[in-house]
Amino acid sequence: MSYLAKPKFHHPAIEVNQLGFTHRDYEGAISTLCAGCGHDSISAAIIHACFELSIPPHRVAKMSGIGCSSKTPTYFLGQSHGFNTVHGRMPSVLTGANLANRDLIYLGVSGDGDSASIGIGQFVHAIRRGVNMVYIVENNGVYGLTKGQFSATADQGSKSKKGVANPDSPIDMVALAIQLGATYVGRSFSGDKSQLVPLIKGAFEHRGAAFIDCISPCVAFNNHAGSTKSFDYVRAHNAALNTLDVITGRAPITADYEPGETQTVKLHDGGMIRLRKLDATHDVTDRAAALAAIHRHQSQGEIVTGLLYADEDSGDLHDRLGTVDRPLNRLGDADLCPGVEALERVNAALR
Amino acid sequence: MKPTDTANPDYFHKVVDCQWACPAHTPVPEYIRLIAAGRYDDAYMINWKSNVFPGILGRTCDRPCEPACRRGRVEEQPVAICRLKRVAADYKGDIHALLPKPATTKNGKRIACLGAGPASLTVARDLAPLGYEVVVFDQDPFAGGMMRTQIPKFRLPETVIDEEVGYVLDLGVELRRKKIESMKEMLGMGFDAVFVGTGAPRGRELEIPGRQEAAANIHIGIDWLSSVSFGHVTGIGKRVIVLGGGNTAMDCCRSSRRLGGESVTVVVRSGFDEMKASPWEKEDAQGEGIPILNWLVPKEFTHDNGKLTGVVFEKVKATRDAKGRRDLVPTGEPDEHILCDDVLVAVGQENAFPWIEKDLGMTFDRWGMPKVDEVTFQSEIPNVFFGGDAAFGPKNIIWAVAHGHEAAVSIDKFCQGENVKERPSPLTNLVSQKMGIHEWTYDNDIANDIRYKVPHRAAEIALKDIRAEVELGFDDKLAFKEAQRCLNCDVETVFEEKLCIECDACVDICPEDCITFAPDGDEAELRGRLTAPAANLTQDLYVSAALPTTRIMIKDEDLCLHCGFCAERCPTGAWDMRKFRLDTTQAGDGCRSRA
Ligand SMILES: Cc1cc2nc3c(=O)[nH]c(=O)nc-3n(C[C@H](O)[C@H](O)[C@H](O)COP(=O)(O)OP(=O)(O)OC[C@H]3O[C@@H](n4cnc5c(N)ncnc54)[C@H](O)[C@@H]3O)c2cc1C
Ligand SMILES: Cc1ncc(C[n+]2csc(CCOP(=O)(O)OP(=O)(O)O)c2C)c(N)n1
Ligand code: SF4
Ligand code: SF4
Ligand code: SF4
Ligand SMILES: [Mg+2]
Repeated sequence: MSYLAKPKFHHPAIEVNQLGFTHRDYEGAISTLCAGCGHDSISAAIIHACFELSIPPHRVAKMSGIGCSSKTPTYFLGQSHGFNTVHGRMPSVLTGANLANRDLIYLGVSGDGDSASIGIGQFVHAIRRGVNMVYIVENNGVYGLTKGQFSATADQGSKSKKGVANPDSPIDMVALAIQLGATYVGRSFSGDKSQLVPLIKGAFEHRGAAFIDCISPCVAFNNHAGSTKSFDYVRAHNAALNTLDVITGRAPITADYEPGETQTVKLHDGGMIRLRKLDATHDVTDRAAALAAIHRHQSQGEIVTGLLYADEDSGDLHDRLGTVDRPLNRLGDADLCPGVEALERVNAALR
Repeated sequence: MKPTDTANPDYFHKVVDCQWACPAHTPVPEYIRLIAAGRYDDAYMINWKSNVFPGILGRTCDRPCEPACRRGRVEEQPVAICRLKRVAADYKGDIHALLPKPATTKNGKRIACLGAGPASLTVARDLAPLGYEVVVFDQDPFAGGMMRTQIPKFRLPETVIDEEVGYVLDLGVELRRKKIESMKEMLGMGFDAVFVGTGAPRGRELEIPGRQEAAANIHIGIDWLSSVSFGHVTGIGKRVIVLGGGNTAMDCCRSSRRLGGESVTVVVRSGFDEMKASPWEKEDAQGEGIPILNWLVPKEFTHDNGKLTGVVFEKVKATRDAKGRRDLVPTGEPDEHILCDDVLVAVGQENAFPWIEKDLGMTFDRWGMPKVDEVTFQSEIPNVFFGGDAAFGPKNIIWAVAHGHEAAVSIDKFCQGENVKERPSPLTNLVSQKMGIHEWTYDNDIANDIRYKVPHRAAEIALKDIRAEVELGFDDKLAFKEAQRCLNCDVETVFEEKLCIECDACVDICPEDCITFAPDGDEAELRGRLTAPAANLTQDLYVSAALPTTRIMIKDEDLCLHCGFCAERCPTGAWDMRKFRLDTTQAGDGCRSRA
């Protein structure tokens, strides 16, 4: 089997962003995942989101655990920093990295097994601490890499490839994230980039813990009839609350909607998210309403997608800890060791 | 949009830009792959079947395929299609066993081909193996037409002409030396059909003051070139002016440099970019130290008692009149007098049929051209057919060959009592190239190399001998590398909507952003909202019927690399890479009705 590198040639009329990069400049190595894997579509969505936001690739740190989903950071942002942790431990490593260098843009990429099964304990704490990050779970309901065992997000009754129904109840990652205090929470589908790309862009522009649960069909082990994570099933049961436009502080506002149909969510840097409401009653800044909507749609057998909840006044771990603005890894001896006199003063104050 | 009808042979044929542009529709990528594989005999035979003169064309073809080549859109330069053809001819072994044999039984029909240029020779090659008795008439003792008489030997060695003309004559074709002076006489010789392939043999005159007086040193380009070819002319003055900007002018100036011309100048009425000569011909001429002067209109030949002394030129510039037509108007600057010893006039070529009697039932237009059907090449006399430069004015070898094939089909059908207007469809074939998950029969790794230059003989040596071929041709290593630049456009991306699950994998992987899944619309509007805009209107959009989400698949053919990545990434095989083979139908069983 050969895996050729993707040809260097590109469309002569290819767009460039503010940094002069094309979307091709945000690619990574060629993917070795199965043909048609939803994870590859999410990688493409991340590429487009970063391209459109003109994110400098070298300012991004890609963190992941173990699994097909966790392999994907190799396949995008080839010029960025990356770290593959042990299985399920990405949230802690990301938290540590963020503490050490708050200036990087943190992108955690994980799977439903990595985050909801083995790594659930790590996941909850990174979220509740409000680490400034984009956390994406590429949710296929199975352990793809180990050949398709049900994961903790598999729906009760969903059938395995061999026809066995899953007996256990699932963990709903978005509901959990909202409860844990995540300040930007959305769900999407790898097969719908028009929804997913802006959702990721909003997450990058958000300050605080941004979480996206992205349903991502596993074509090898979970795309059959009877599965609730297949392309067909998700398309048939998708209930989108809204579509969104991310307007950064840098770009002019062009979208023009009827009043009442839209909701605006302010972003940290002066930009905003313009939501076009498909469900007129849903207010994305209302946590309780978000949880209610998730439960209501779930009980109707629907998969609710879109931006579910966003807190305009979010903060992050560093705000809570009161750390200095300068990244800790750039503090020198002089900053860290203020001398005997200063120590004396501290000690005196404690006597 | 209407879903694309890929059953129409033109659809996939157009995707193979080079083959579509080649007048003889040579299966270019197929022979290029064979060259890369070192199978030169097979590469040669594919060419021989399509274009009859691979060794000649591989050195001289006007190469309409190259400006059309996809590689030129993907990066800067097209694949060196023409010079790769020469590689097949240079490195092949003895191919006699692969050629058709002279017919052992004759079919009783006799065909006369007038003129022994490429058009007539193509007709002869196509018909002789079928049992036709073919007699080719020419005023010259050798066959080859202008390939032999006009194209200088430093571009096309005699041995190559002898070999490839020989393959045709060896099929039992008779070459008869005769200057044709009467069509009536030819029609009276009992041939079942007559093919007129006498070319466009007359060089245009330049009637300006001094032409008559200084005639001894003013030569008509094509007459002079044929005298050079036959060795009747072996020298020229030190200072030469060549008038004209076409192929003939380029051959005249370069020949002059080799026959004693030390200061040779080409002078053209219009601008450099508007010259009829191909860019590579101009480059070669300039490379031999020949300046090309533009915007100068010859006004007068100056002479000293009949001895040519130079040419006076008026300086002009281009303007557009009210109707937008281009006009050359004097700039008002003083005239320029360029001194010289000889002038070669290469300002155009004309047809001449003084030997076709006017009472035979053929009508001639105001340029003296007989009425000829553009598809069948039949004239108003049902058993008289035309082709090559004789049909619609001067073109080039590959067009002469293409005409010859079509005329041979017509003659075959005519002699078999069939309707010549019913044209046979080409033979096509579409076969999957998949061998494994990521394995194809063709090399889908896209080479990034830029076009390789053909090595040339050092100018000091080349300019000393008019018979020394300038281009040395690619060696096998360069040929391989150049062949790898070909994108295998005949390995088509074929979409089957029934299999598509709309996973987007193909959209994401495509390096050229060719593929889009979007709501239907009309073509003009759709072209604007694709993954990448489809601005090249000469290239088709491949569209599917509606998919389950009601969207359609749209692929812009323009910049597709035929890398097969879409098919490798497709989980269901909705995309497949299939090799499209198109062979035009030539004279013989294939072109005859099956009734
Ligand atoms: C200087 C020059 C350079 C060229 N270079 C190229 C090139 O590099 N590449 C390219 O593709 N094309 C080139 N061409 C054009 C090309 O040579 C012709 O288009 C092509 O040869 C036409 O083929 P044909 O079969 O129609 O006729 P021709 O090749 O012209 O052959 C016609 C034959 O008919 C014979 N004939 C004509 N009248 C009579 C008669 N009354 N009786 C008996 N015999 C007669 C002639 O002797 C001649 O042999 C060049 C042309 C010129 C003038
Ligand atoms: C500590 C540890 N336990 C178990 C494994 C085996 N293992 C590898 S990947 C994986 C599950 C990955 O599932 P998920 O995160 O959903 O990723 P997917 O492959 O489905 O994208 C498991 C259990 C391991 N690598 N390490
Ligand atoms: S790349 Fe190859 S197949 Fe495609 S147009 Fe050029 S020569 Fe022909
Ligand atoms: S072969 Fe497929 S992937 Fe490659 S350029 Fe063409 S459409 Fe794109
Ligand atoms: S990769 Fe195949 S199945 Fe997926 S969208 Fe493309 S054609 Fe359809
Ligand atoms: Mg999984």
